[in-house]
Amino acid sequence: MIEVRVQHSFEGFTLDVAFEAPAGVTAIFGRSGAGKTTLVNAVAGLLRPDAARIVVGGRVLAESGIWLRPEARRIGYVFQDARLFPHMTVRRNLAYGGGGDIGPVVDMLGIAHLLERMPAHLSGGETQRVAIGRALLSSPDLLLMDEPLASLDEHRKQEILPYLMRLRDTSKIPILFVSHALSEVAQLANTLVLLDQGRCVATGPIDAVLSDPKLVPHLGVRGAGAVLTGAVVAHHEDGLTEVSAPGGTLFVPKFAAMIGQKTRIRIEAQDVILSRGMPQGLSALNVLRGRVSAVQMGDGPGAIVQIDMQGTHLLARVTRRSLAAMSLELGQEIYAIAKTVAVAPGDIGPVGNG
Amino acid sequence: MTDWLGPQEWQAVWLSLVVAFWATILSLPLGVFTAYALARWQFRGRQVLNLLVHLPLVLPPVVTGYLLLLTFGRNGWIGGTLEQMGIVLAFKWTGAVLAAAVMAFPLMVRAIRLSIEAVDPGLEQAAATLGASRARVFATITLPMILPGVLAGSVLAFAKAMGEFGATITFVANIPGQTQTLPSALYAFLQVPGAESSAVRLVIVAVVIAVVALVVSEILAARLARRVSR
Repeated sequence: MIEVRVQHSFEGFTLDVAFEAPAGVTAIFGRSGAGKTTLVNAVAGLLRPDAARIVVGGRVLAESGIWLRPEARRIGYVFQDARLFPHMTVRRNLAYGGGGDIGPVVDMLGIAHLLERMPAHLSGGETQRVAIGRALLSSPDLLLMDEPLASLDEHRKQEILPYLMRLRDTSKIPILFVSHALSEVAQLANTLVLLDQGRCVATGPIDAVLSDPKLVPHLGVRGAGAVLTGAVVAHHEDGLTEVSAPGGTLFVPKFAAMIGQKTRIRIEAQDVILSRGMPQGLSALNVLRGRVSAVQMGDGPGAIVQIDMQGTHLLARVTRRSLAAMSLELGQEIYAIAKTVAVAPGDIGPVGNG
Repeated sequence: MTDWLGPQEWQAVWLSLVVAFWATILSLPLGVFTAYALARWQFRGRQVLNLLVHLPLVLPPVVTGYLLLLTFGRNGWIGGTLEQMGIVLAFKWTGAVLAAAVMAFPLMVRAIRLSIEAVDPGLEQAAATLGASRARVFATITLPMILPGVLAGSVLAFAKAMGEFGATITFVANIPGQTQTLPSALYAFLQVPGAESSAVRLVIVAVVIAVVALVVSEILAARLARRVSR
């Protein structure tokens, strides 16, 4: 259990955030300028805020009158720019924070062949894997990751994500994961802390936060979307994978998974079309049935509709005009249509143990 | 070499090397500390310290030498205390070391400070999050990365100390065999008719020492740079 409360004012910006995070991966999500990096730097002890209370696993790191220096906090920090020591080999970088056996971590991150190299000769993805390993090997009580994927291109991101998922599933160290990419967050985290302009707008289980139509403005209307959890039924020869989800069957672009494996699929609200009757003659393959459970009007021409499907929720972004034309009411039966090709590989991820 | 150089010339060359060596070595720890403080710490009096460090660079050397005489002379407020402890600086070769060190200090601090400012503080922060104390961060991260700058500063200081004349002659005079360094000897030979050949030999020695120092420092700097970013 992690308890964080940080208040800090500087140059016309005020950060005032308090949240509690359970075990597993807690994502700190917000647009740039929301105060994410300031917050994690305060947790790590690199920035001293005006007021703070930080407790990790029962150990008080900061409180009024208490301020532990970074080296005394036992917090591993994976920086956005990695910050490997350029004058040391990968092996010496890894060993810097602790004297233990580096073998298991090296194997998990797949960096055994890099040990004798200098950091200047690593690719971006390799650099971040070494940085993650170095932080892990200092045996921290908490791992901070400040947008570890932000400096990588899409291909490299997909290369690192499986390692992060393996880390999440095999280690007991809680992780605070800073990000402004919803797809990463949806794949990795089980808890979401939503920041907007220095304030904490929402905290909670990730599926609940992502499917709350009231929070869509803070997530960004273009990126918002709920996560469905389903089981892989079959891989088809035409390049599709069939997943059984609460509202019906989903076909998504093929991804590597065992039959029966539980999988999370994020469907962006703007990729969903609504229909009052069972649609016919459509090119879209995915038709899910549910009931309207909430409607949130936007400031512009749009509105967000939340659809309940046996307790899990999907969000659809439609115009207010269509809303009026369809005369939707709460509790009404509705069909949600999602295009298969709108689901990107980055929106699909296996379910973690956390 | 001792055959080629007369005894007085040889003494002057040797004394200059010894004085420059000790002036560089002894001021190095303080130079690194001062450079680090000026580059990284915000504290009251930072500008005053900066000014004090740079003062010997802009003051006439004779003024610096006279100020040293006033403070470190036998009747000076520091010199008097030191004399009771058995340490006399004025008109001794040890005083030449002090004068050379003071004159070379600004050059050393400037070179080292530049190299410290080039080190990303983020690397030091990263080391701290890995549990390293401030002393360990300095020894394992900062120091290895600034070694080329420390070397450059030392070479500059050594060269300045070898050539220091004004403050030295004011503070410790020009006593052959005791305080007569290479520049003072050169000056003395130029005052005496018929000593031109001695002066020319000293000039050649000075040029050779300067060239060797530069070449050695270039080679060392290249090696260190390779070690830092292989």
